[in-house]
Amino acid sequence: MTTAPTWTIGSVRDALLAKKTSARELAKDFYAQIERRNPEINAFLALCPERAYAQADRVDAAIAKGQPLGSLAGVPVAIKDVISTEGVRTTCGSKILENYTPPYDATAIERLKNAGAVILGKTNCDEFAMGSSNENSAYGAVRNPAALDRVPGGSSGGSAAAVAAGLSVVALGTDTGGSIRQPGAYCGVPALMPTYGRVSRYGLIAFASSLDRIGPFATNIADVATVMSVIAGHDSNDSTSAAIDVPDYAAELEKSLDGMRIGVPEDYFGAGLDPELKAKIEAGIALLEKLGCKRVPLKMPHTDYAIATYYIVATAEASSNLARYDGVRYGLRVQGNTLMDMYRRTRERGFGPEVKRRIMLGTYALSSGYYDAYYLRAQKVRALIARDFANAFEIVDAIITPTAPTPAFKLGEKTADPLEMYLADIYTVTGSLAGVPGISVPCGQTAGGLPIGMQIFASHFGEGRILQLARAFERAGGFSI
Amino acid sequence: MKISREEVLRVAQLAHLELAPEEVETYRGQLDEILAYIGKLQELDVSGVDPMTQMRPQTSGGPQQGSSTAARAEAATTAGTEPELRDDVVVPCNVAQAVLAEAPDAAKPFFRVPKVIER
Repeated sequence: MTTAPTWTIGSVRDALLAKKTSARELAKDFYAQIERRNPEINAFLALCPERAYAQADRVDAAIAKGQPLGSLAGVPVAIKDVISTEGVRTTCGSKILENYTPPYDATAIERLKNAGAVILGKTNCDEFAMGSSNENSAYGAVRNPAALDRVPGGSSGGSAAAVAAGLSVVALGTDTGGSIRQPGAYCGVPALMPTYGRVSRYGLIAFASSLDRIGPFATNIADVATVMSVIAGHDSNDSTSAAIDVPDYAAELEKSLDGMRIGVPEDYFGAGLDPELKAKIEAGIALLEKLGCKRVPLKMPHTDYAIATYYIVATAEASSNLARYDGVRYGLRVQGNTLMDMYRRTRERGFGPEVKRRIMLGTYALSSGYYDAYYLRAQKVRALIARDFANAFEIVDAIITPTAPTPAFKLGEKTADPLEMYLADIYTVTGSLAGVPGISVPCGQTAGGLPIGMQIFASHFGEGRILQLARAFERAGGFSI
Repeated sequence: MKISREEVLRVAQLAHLELAPEEVETYRGQLDEILAYIGKLQELDVSGVDPMTQMRPQTSGGPQQGSSTAARAEAATTAGTEPELRDDVVVPCNVAQAVLAEAPDAAKPFFRVPKVIER
């Protein structure tokens, strides 16, 4: 089974400043651990020791000279393989980008680097972040460190598994319909999807541009806050990133919950929810009440339409975004007699079945004769779902739900039925469509020892409130309730 | 049945995907099931609802009450999320070499592709 993660951002900093280890030694230890565990878990697709040791040496030199350290100095991190890293192979879990090496760093990577983080490598994910189990990776599924015969969730399964198994201290993932929060829940680690526009998407290889967000995995809430403070903020290279000041998230963590109104929408506790999970989430809510929160029953009447809406909006955007993979400028090329032949053969060989399925669904929804019935209608229902959230946040400060309807399922259990797989995201896609932030925090385990996740939503740019609630929950023992 | 074999082939053509014969029926069946599920969106009355085309905070209100553009603009400004346009200034962008280095077939400074114009 798994070795429990032992390092935190804080303990790395203390150890480095006390000269108990060096950034180089620490990176070396993590690589040794990855070498031991990764063949089994398959969390990493590529390692970048050269880049990591160069960064570690810069941190060690700064320590030797007594220079001020960045907030992530020497901290080993893992990066989902859809985020561009200069000089480090970035495949998106796809054969079509098997040999692609980005010529630049994404803004989030640039910021991690400037804060002193040591990037160990790139983590496995569903191809182009399309999936809920990580089984759509062209490079093999990731195994859940908590139960090796089960999926880690997806699409950021590699990042979640790496943090849960102690193969990196923190990690970045991306969330389009639940791809940070759901694997966080399945692997038993805190996982935050920030507000749309809070973290720059520059250098994030696009799946669905109105939904994609970059966010952190960590083993504790303070570390989530530290990473957010580093990666959040406006970026002139992403016109959708918000020009809103980034609060001091660490300062939010120890505030009292007294008088906080938490909404509990009945629509998230219906027939599809596993009774064992329902009981734990109820216990989690009761704990928050004990900590001073006031429980407010809610109705969010359009929740049941979220999956249908999402699979039109997301696939429509994907069909457009993935048109760029044509064998001309980067990635795989399969020769053809004509340009059109080359496009078709390249895409046939390069994309896996789920990606093709979604490109076709999105193309269909946007095609002449179907646009009004599918895409336009979905955009209207999306507005209704967003309004459910806006209405709720008139009367509550946060919304508490389960992250997923079941715990991690077995590898291969849902691969034959795409629709059933889509329903694993039933509680996460709502917040994705509305643009609001949400976190999954551990909330005990099933009798069989599988992690359970509780989701906390707040209104736009309410990450501080989410972290405040999550930290109080963590401090009161909610993670192992 | 929501989608026919012919429609699957038409969509594949639009998407520049070449499907093996056995894939056509697989996708037809799967897309049919997914589209049948998505059909539940037809249950809702969306008359008077503006499509959500921008990822900015939505205003609260009744489910059928379309909010005015002015109200939305105000809400967006209040939240400070109106996209900021940057100054239109020329900045150097010397990336041609690095970009061409990733091309499957580059004849610098060009990408080479099969012949598209017959003469």
